[in-house]
Amino acid sequence: MDIISGILAISLYEGLIYGLVAIGVYLTFRVLGFPDLGVDATFPMGGATAAVLIVGGVNPFLATAAAFGVGFVAGCITGLLNTALRISALLSGILIMVGGYSVNLRIMGGANIPLLRNVSSFDLFGEFLGLQGLTLSIAFAGVVALFIFLVLNWFLRTEIGLSLRASGDNEKMVRSLGADTNKNILIGCALSNGLVALAGALVAQNQGFCDVGMGIGIIVMALAAIIIGEGLLGNPKGITAILLCCFVGTFAYRLFITIALRVGLEPGDLKLISSVLVIVVLGIPYLRKRLRGEWVPPASRM
Amino acid sequence: MSGLEGKSTLELKDIQKVFNRNTVDEVNALNEVNLQVNERDFVTIIGSNGAGKSSLLNIVAGVFPPERGGKVLIHGHDVTRMEEFKHARYVARVWQEPEVGTAANLTIEENLSLALLRGWRRGPRIAINKKRRNQFAEALSQIGLGLEDRMGTQVGTLSGGQRQALALVMATISTPSILLLDEHIATLDPNTAQVVLELTDMIVKRDQMSTLMVTHNMDLALRYGNRLVMMHKGKIILDLSESEKNRLSVSDLVSAFTRAAGEEFTDDNVLLSDAESAT
Ligand SMILES: Nc1ncnc2c1ncn2[C@@H]1O[C@H](COP(=O)(O)OP(=O)(O)OP(=O)(O)O)[C@@H](O)[C@H]1O
Ligand SMILES: [Mg+2]
Repeated sequence: MDIISGILAISLYEGLIYGLVAIGVYLTFRVLGFPDLGVDATFPMGGATAAVLIVGGVNPFLATAAAFGVGFVAGCITGLLNTALRISALLSGILIMVGGYSVNLRIMGGANIPLLRNVSSFDLFGEFLGLQGLTLSIAFAGVVALFIFLVLNWFLRTEIGLSLRASGDNEKMVRSLGADTNKNILIGCALSNGLVALAGALVAQNQGFCDVGMGIGIIVMALAAIIIGEGLLGNPKGITAILLCCFVGTFAYRLFITIALRVGLEPGDLKLISSVLVIVVLGIPYLRKRLRGEWVPPASRM
Repeated sequence: MSGLEGKSTLELKDIQKVFNRNTVDEVNALNEVNLQVNERDFVTIIGSNGAGKSSLLNIVAGVFPPERGGKVLIHGHDVTRMEEFKHARYVARVWQEPEVGTAANLTIEENLSLALLRGWRRGPRIAINKKRRNQFAEALSQIGLGLEDRMGTQVGTLSGGQRQALALVMATISTPSILLLDEHIATLDPNTAQVVLELTDMIVKRDQMSTLMVTHNMDLALRYGNRLVMMHKGKIILDLSESEKNRLSVSDLVSAFTRAAGEEFTDDNVLLSDAESAT
């Protein structure tokens, strides 16, 4: 019983934190139709920014907000590569992913920053409410997740938010209706990477260190979580349902991973599991159609 | 000549458009096009495939600018080099495919809300409120398809005709001064096409906007609007006023059209007098 509630509690915390990454990835991949792989770099970039600032004596809450800001700027650059220089969305993200790796090493001045002896925003929050341990982690992650959920639930319904959602759906129409779709893509990429960097900052503070490699494969993890969430909630369309889907999917995915680790898989195997999961979920519908003898057009490559 | 009286809403001066310049695929899509469209003009545009009709509408909508030297004036303002989303304040458009004019994954009211703000700054305000919803219901009820009772429906689930009618309402809900229709009934079945066409005529008359309607149907081109323009190989080769148009039959127009497709014209008037002498 204790083991089970422990597993659930850990998954809940991770579902809340990594749910922010899933929302970020949902914004680019699904809402904008912009497959931004740059999050692999902006996740540790958030961690690195927060870690360096905290070690330098900056208030941890401010440091966390700054991490969001740095991710926001990185996302803007990804968007600009695409809109201003006409580089394909996929390549724009990859360029930020690769270039961002060096930037992260520069920010940290090395591959790793320990934070264990510094006061983190979790610690401050816990002091304030008299919480600690996993309860604290869940409570703080919950507060941040709730805040982001409420803000996005409002923002995506505003005039700007609606035009942003439409930009991914039908860019030609949105332009003909007098909205600057390039600006919308910029806002979407910036928000997305800001959220991912925010999550990176929180993860680094909670685990007590930041590592330059902590973002590798995060994109696949987020996609797997989104796909699971969509499966569980039946392809939600409403804004509230979509945001919830990101958290629910991440929770389910993390639960699966935590159990897999208990069963004896090595942490090093996790990325393969994520990949296989995505391959299976994306590949099965096609194989099923083939079995039924349906014709399916060739895969798109761009 | 047609409608020189009245203020001109749209003026095209020396418009030329070359695609793929200096390659083997170079095409002169538009060549020395001059056109003045007055307030409340309803111009029907005909011409064979590749004549440059869509390119002309693209220039008016600002999708791409004309070659240097050309000018696009809307209400006397030079908008030649302005981006498409800035033209949108004055220019609305319905395409041939219903999928282009509407966003499939958004609801009817979300689509209309996007359209309502054509040319306005979009701010951090909730996009759909009670007042707007009423306005949408009012606009939808006028087209008589019952869409006002389905405003929360995903647009992707509507039929092509319903979507095209919605696209028309979206194009006109913010009462633009210029309406561009690019074969907007071409993919609809005959009955639906008739419905959408009558809606178009009703809305154009109601809101009194200048309209350019491209069609391949000569009968429609003659029956609707107060002016008819024929294009051929990037040029306007015929520009008929209402009275001139009323004197022509479809077969006159067809013979003019086939002649245009068969030979080069140096003088518009030759064609016009030919067509008239046939009556
Ligand atoms: N984006 C483009 N790039 C290259 N060539 C183009 C482009 N758009 C149009 N053209 C060319 O310009 C010419 C005019 O095309 P346009 O689409 O304006 O014709 P149209 O009169 O609308 O024809 P249709 O009746 O077939 O719709 C054609 O030769 C076409 O191939
Ligand atoms: Mg055309």
